[in-house]
Amino acid sequence: MVGSVLLTFFGLLLITFLIGRVVPVDPVLSAVGDRASHDTYEQARRELGLHLPLWEQFVNYVLQVLRGELGKSVLTANTVVDDIKRVFPATLELATTATFFGVALGVPMGVVAAVNQGRWPDQLVRLLGLFGYSMPVFWLGLMGLLLFYGILDIAAAPGRLDFANLDVVETWTGLILLDAALQNEWEIFFDALHHLILPAAVLGYFSLAYISRMTRSFMLEQLRQEYVTTARVKGLSEARVVWRHALGNVMVPLITVIALSYANLLEGSVLTETVFAWPGLGLYLTSSLLAADMNAVLGATLVVGVIFIGINLLSDLLYKLVDPRAK
Amino acid sequence: MTKISAALAAALLASTAVPALAATPKDALVIAATIDDITSLDPAEVFEFSGGDVANNVYDTLLSIDPKALDKGYVPGIAESWTISADGLTYVFKIRQNVKFHSGNPLTADDVVFSLMRAVKLNKTPAFILNQFGLTKETVDQKVRKTGTHEVTMTIDKAFAPSMVLNCMTATITSIVDMKVAMANQKDGDFGYEYLKTRSAASGQYKLVNWKASDGYTLEKVDGNWQGNATLKRVIVRHVAETASQRLLLTKGDVDIARDLSPDDVDAVKKDPSLKVVDDLKGRITYFSANQKHPILSKPEVVEAMKYLVDYDGLRATILRGRAVVHQSFEPRTFLGAIDDAPYRLDVDRAKALLAKAGYPNGFNIQMDVRSAFPTTEIAQSIQSNFAKAGIKMEIIPGDGRQTLTKYRARTHDLYIGAWGPDYPDPHTNADTFARNPTNNTDDAKGTGFLTWRNAWAIPAMTARTDAAVLEKDNKKRAEGYGDIQREHQRTSPFVIIYQQVVQTGMRKNVSGFHSGGPVSSAYYWTVKK
Repeated sequence: MVGSVLLTFFGLLLITFLIGRVVPVDPVLSAVGDRASHDTYEQARRELGLHLPLWEQFVNYVLQVLRGELGKSVLTANTVVDDIKRVFPATLELATTATFFGVALGVPMGVVAAVNQGRWPDQLVRLLGLFGYSMPVFWLGLMGLLLFYGILDIAAAPGRLDFANLDVVETWTGLILLDAALQNEWEIFFDALHHLILPAAVLGYFSLAYISRMTRSFMLEQLRQEYVTTARVKGLSEARVVWRHALGNVMVPLITVIALSYANLLEGSVLTETVFAWPGLGLYLTSSLLAADMNAVLGATLVVGVIFIGINLLSDLLYKLVDPRAK
Repeated sequence: MTKISAALAAALLASTAVPALAATPKDALVIAATIDDITSLDPAEVFEFSGGDVANNVYDTLLSIDPKALDKGYVPGIAESWTISADGLTYVFKIRQNVKFHSGNPLTADDVVFSLMRAVKLNKTPAFILNQFGLTKETVDQKVRKTGTHEVTMTIDKAFAPSMVLNCMTATITSIVDMKVAMANQKDGDFGYEYLKTRSAASGQYKLVNWKASDGYTLEKVDGNWQGNATLKRVIVRHVAETASQRLLLTKGDVDIARDLSPDDVDAVKKDPSLKVVDDLKGRITYFSANQKHPILSKPEVVEAMKYLVDYDGLRATILRGRAVVHQSFEPRTFLGAIDDAPYRLDVDRAKALLAKAGYPNGFNIQMDVRSAFPTTEIAQSIQSNFAKAGIKMEIIPGDGRQTLTKYRARTHDLYIGAWGPDYPDPHTNADTFARNPTNNTDDAKGTGFLTWRNAWAIPAMTARTDAAVLEKDNKKRAEGYGDIQREHQRTSPFVIIYQQVVQTGMRKNVSGFHSGGPVSSAYYWTVKK
């Protein structure tokens, strides 16, 4: 188990490293810009270790990671560890709330659709799902901002807090909701929540579309099973048949679906983060990649790798909880 | 599940119960801008636009530019006066007294010497501005010295035009750093570089309170500056990448200024009675150029034909809509020696005749490397359609900015469309790159700093004239020299210069005194009132 995890990490590092080196962008250019003299350029190339052979650069990087360092980012002038500590909580807060929306609404919608297969509630859920799939998140985000912030004035401005509330709460975990609650700053807490709802709802809509569709198809399969007919014949209430027995049996595949969707959101959503001025992992990873800022790209990729492996492990554990046969 | 839904409904209610803040604090200036170009705040390294804005309000430079009279050029800064020796090689700066750093330390001649010395020795990107006067890592200790309690003497290696030397002394790299603070935070002989990348040790109207990369920064007013105090207590600048989001923030009153509006946003802001748009001419010039290593592009008639295949006025009126003035020479307007001559306009017949003369009556196939961003892509598409009218089939190769630039610097492009902004407020900055190629023009010469080299354009005669112009002491003659070089450049160069940038800043009606710095400087926050 540990061996395969390590091997996965090593493969991840190697592939990301190689991709970073074949990208047709000169990483020194990101560091010194277009105007540097040849002398400055060479100095930066040496400082970045790019004058060494490729294999040596890779070995150095792996040794550095083993020491628990991820190096410095060219773009932000900070260590990559500090950068990730700053951007990841923003994404975590957004993705978790979005997934909460997705699950809280998507699962019941999927169940209702399956129970009413072919009737209007089913059509409605499928239509909503279709919209969720086909609408560009960028457009949806902007329209959401225009309507709820611009016109109706019920959502907050882009950003994680009102400008007046910046830097009031000390950064402990980076999760503003949690930090504000721990420091008893309830005004900040509600401000952060106010700012979080709209981007989380927009992002959550996409996981809702996916989760409701999958729940529907899992449920349809279960509702055709003989044990459902047996339960109905036994005189159990329809609600009990559907919500307890059938839904209980789709929990294992559903957990996989939710976990995958959550992991996807945790990688960061570049477009949502752009529209809502949300300084998260997606924006960080993309801008680093475009600048060939390899330390940052490798560091962020490692984090994404850890998330995927971690969530997979977690969903394995959850299977055992909800399905005794998995033990 | 019902419990969860109830909790969700409660959360939604709670969140909507908080009213959106409709106005920014009275004593603070709140700005939405794209600021992810900041990679360092050490003035020895700051070279991108957004970093320049921070430095301009936080640091004092050796010489200054008066925001109320940008056209005047250099004015006294930390050096309150100066004398130049008869041979033009020695500059003696008298250092202003009673200036204090934010730390409380007095600013002295030692700080000035230290600041110039560290800028040269750190050898970051803008170091070339000082290097060109012969100030190198090896020589700077001898060439920049304290020669009196309030006096610093700088010796240069060539008798440059004094206007050139003094213009360069207004650049961010001449910012005066608090030596005691920098040295107290020195690591491995870095003169406090790692520390100052994310902090400030300065004497300007504002001090840097915090900076979070790609997120934002906050400045706080420090009273007692020799140029006068700032009006507003705090400046909060937030990174908002999406222009439509910037416009929404401005419309709703959550920011005072939005700095990156698209033409559509500008149109909408102009219609809103509570908002205004301020136009400001900048120094950035947009052009495309033809690689002279290419057998077809090296024919003079071909490049000349291309100059007649750009719809200069059409671009200005449709795509750029107020964000540009047509400009066809390499010195930005308002610079010494700038000319307004615009000899080219869209003329397909003339272009066809030139192509026929060059031996390509039916045109040819060519590629253009284009950065995928507004308005570069749109301009390239317009050029593409006009080229087609003369039979030139141009393929657009889209790419990220750094990707197209990497190719350009390796001289592997056919055509490249790009922009160039002056590095310091003197005509030599653009002449040096557009009209000077001191290399032997081979790939190995690696003259990446010269746009001439990047396009493999060998011009020994024009290089000599440019070299002479930067030594000319008489400003009038110097200006005429640049005028002549530009006229020849317009005729013979492989550069098709299209327009000069105008920035359009959206702001609330109650904001006044904001200036983005014109062609010669960066933004001024300390002059803003609201």
